[in-house]
Amino acid sequence: MIPELGQFSLILAFCLSILLGTLPIIGAARNNVLWMSLARPLAAGVFVFLGLSIGILAYAFATDDFSVQIVAAQSNSLLPMHYKLTALWGGHEGSFLLWTFMLSGWMLAVSIYSKSMPIEFVSRVLGVLGVLCVAYILFMLATSNPFMRIVPLPPADGSDLNTALQDFGFIVHPPTLYMGYVGFSVVFAFAIAALLSGRLDAAWARWSRPWANIAWAVLTIGIALGSWWAYYELGWGGWWAWDPVENPPLITWLFGTALIHSLAVTEKRGVFKSWTVLLAILAFSGSLLGTFITRSGLLTSVHAFATDPTRGVFILGILGLAVGGSLLLYAFRAPLMKSEFGFGLVSREVFLLTNNVLLVVAAASVFLGTLFPMVYQALTDDLISIGPPYFNFIFVPLMIILVLFLGVGPMSRWKRTSTAYLFQQVAKLAIASLVIGVVLPLLVLFEFSLAATVSVALAAWIVLTMGKDIANKIANKDSVAKGLRSLPLSYYGMQTAHIGVAIMLIGIGLTSYFSSERSVLLNPGESVELGSYSFQFEGSEAFRGPNYIGDRATFLVSRNGNSLPSLYPERRIYLASGTPSTEMAIDAGFLRDLFITLGEEKEGGGWTMTVYVKPFIRWIWLGSIFMALGGTVAAFDKRYRRLRQRKSAQEKEQLGALQPTAT
Amino acid sequence: MKPHRQKKLGIILFIALGLSVSVGLILYAMTQNINLFYTPTQVALGEVDVGQRFRIGGMVKEGSLVSADDSLQVRFETTDYVHAVPIQYEGILPDLFREGQGIVAEGTVDVAGVFHASRVLAKHDENYMSQEVKAALDAAGVDTENHPTALVQPES
Repeated sequence: MIPELGQFSLILAFCLSILLGTLPIIGAARNNVLWMSLARPLAAGVFVFLGLSIGILAYAFATDDFSVQIVAAQSNSLLPMHYKLTALWGGHEGSFLLWTFMLSGWMLAVSIYSKSMPIEFVSRVLGVLGVLCVAYILFMLATSNPFMRIVPLPPADGSDLNTALQDFGFIVHPPTLYMGYVGFSVVFAFAIAALLSGRLDAAWARWSRPWANIAWAVLTIGIALGSWWAYYELGWGGWWAWDPVENPPLITWLFGTALIHSLAVTEKRGVFKSWTVLLAILAFSGSLLGTFITRSGLLTSVHAFATDPTRGVFILGILGLAVGGSLLLYAFRAPLMKSEFGFGLVSREVFLLTNNVLLVVAAASVFLGTLFPMVYQALTDDLISIGPPYFNFIFVPLMIILVLFLGVGPMSRWKRTSTAYLFQQVAKLAIASLVIGVVLPLLVLFEFSLAATVSVALAAWIVLTMGKDIANKIANKDSVAKGLRSLPLSYYGMQTAHIGVAIMLIGIGLTSYFSSERSVLLNPGESVELGSYSFQFEGSEAFRGPNYIGDRATFLVSRNGNSLPSLYPERRIYLASGTPSTEMAIDAGFLRDLFITLGEEKEGGGWTMTVYVKPFIRWIWLGSIFMALGGTVAAFDKRYRRLRQRKSAQEKEQLGALQPTAT
Repeated sequence: MKPHRQKKLGIILFIALGLSVSVGLILYAMTQNINLFYTPTQVALGEVDVGQRFRIGGMVKEGSLVSADDSLQVRFETTDYVHAVPIQYEGILPDLFREGQGIVAEGTVDVAGVFHASRVLAKHDENYMSQEVKAALDAAGVDTENHPTALVQPES
């Protein structure tokens, strides 16, 4: 009975979102304040009923209700409770419910933190999000009902959660990624609301910026978590594989990165409006594309959910309508988006435009590389795959150019900067960066490599130009402390995110070229050397976990004779499904990771195994944390709050006007 | 032409030039990095040039797996139930590699018809079959619908 309540609650959320997707938008068009004022309560209602629905599904997972189809397919009575609960998003139906619930969460946030905006605008934004909710819930009800029962004979036990998913990464990565993904729907809704009203001004950009920043920051963390999880769970030491399911989040992220920069120009200078709107549409399309690719059965991988063609067609329909519709609206409204001001050829506007062009080209190349094999297969029936070298070939040079501009951009001025001034500012810094790039890796690693030099030089370039820029900005202030306090929070946000880029660059450059690995067969007592590290295999013993049996090996690790923490890699066999799984052992460090994965046991107690040394790999994720932090800090800049206070008076006035009509 | 028009034209030309250069590079890089996929039958009949990098997909033939006791060398055969191709690999096989199940291997074939794999991908879940293996079995006329085994690539 209880799962049916969840289903019922989902249907109620559907009905409310139909109202949300229509009344407020019509109200805004006809200036009907009563209809517009329905937007906030309706958004809250959709959130409550979707929350109820997902809560009931979680209850079914927690109580092992195997009469519910997806519980039987994705869970098992032996699973620990935290995996039972999170098994909810271990399959297509549950994860889509989570996705839609996240959207309603963003809706609720918009309805709460939008007091500064005019009611017409808020109702249009919430209305557009309501339309998206209608499409998503309809999709669930029509093709992928999470509350489907197995009647009349439910299985005695579930067939277990995919063993590769039984890990901490699975608890945190999908919700974070979805939250970031769905956050771009909000920015999209802002853009569509602005197009609908025909008023694309600096105010619109100011309203969207904090939302775009937060969505971008969450997506950054979501992708980084996925990369970290793949690194330690899949166990072949990679942090990015250019897999077709990794790429759509990256495409969205690249468009999102372009968007948050372009929004800055639109807010501060009133130019690039149409471009910014287009980027908002593209970022949102990227998130839908990700859903489409993983849920349509176009490809098979860890991320791909069951392959039911009707689902693919349905999502393609949503994708087509959303993207086509918004581009049509865009085409109609484009003439309205006139730039208010001009700018010179060497100016911050042009630097930011260059940033945008580079990011969009990067996104387009990833998009082509991802979709080309699928299109090729559809046209010729031949199967091909495009390997990582393609992506690296395009991506690396683009990012190098991007970072060069990243150094100059913040230093340049709006409207016009003299080339001579810029040159005088950065010439010495460029030389210094180059010297640091050559010398530093030599001092630390005693080895020359082009990759290390390039990445360290670029990182130095970012940090040095940033230092120079801050010094310039506070030069006229009485004291350094006063000067630093006078800089706005958004400036600190930007610089923090840029430091993140520098940190990540070092991580990528050094880990790509100084990592080493060795696959060997060792008998107990034997050891293997890798660089200055020595791994001694002590032997293995059988043990039993909550829902698996396995072997645990013991390794004594030392470096130049000094012993380091021992490592205990495992090899497990999960009881419910009988699938084997490797649990690698990692000794994580700031400057390097050591890790071991076990292969198979040979006669006489020997094991095959691979040992890895990965210098600086943590810096990749550390850099992502800085970027996300920067994006978040910038979103809390004073000027967004000041606006809120100013406008709340206006809001009260409107509510006052509403009272007589409502009673 | 008015100066601001001229500037606009300059920017548009700059963007167009940048875009066409990058599209050119993208297409060049793509043609350099395409891995074609072949079935065991195609490989056994010598349709692939020696030394060319490609992917092969099929089932691991029952009883064909031989792994050395003193090294990481493994040898097995992959089959579409019409022809079988011997595969030589040095390294650790994926968790879910088993006889009678589907795999995809990447590498080159030598004069003797032995495939030297640099990477072996096995299924990651019981319920799915990779497109490559399904295509290979379809091409060989094997009924994949009723075949119990399946796979996906272990890429994240």
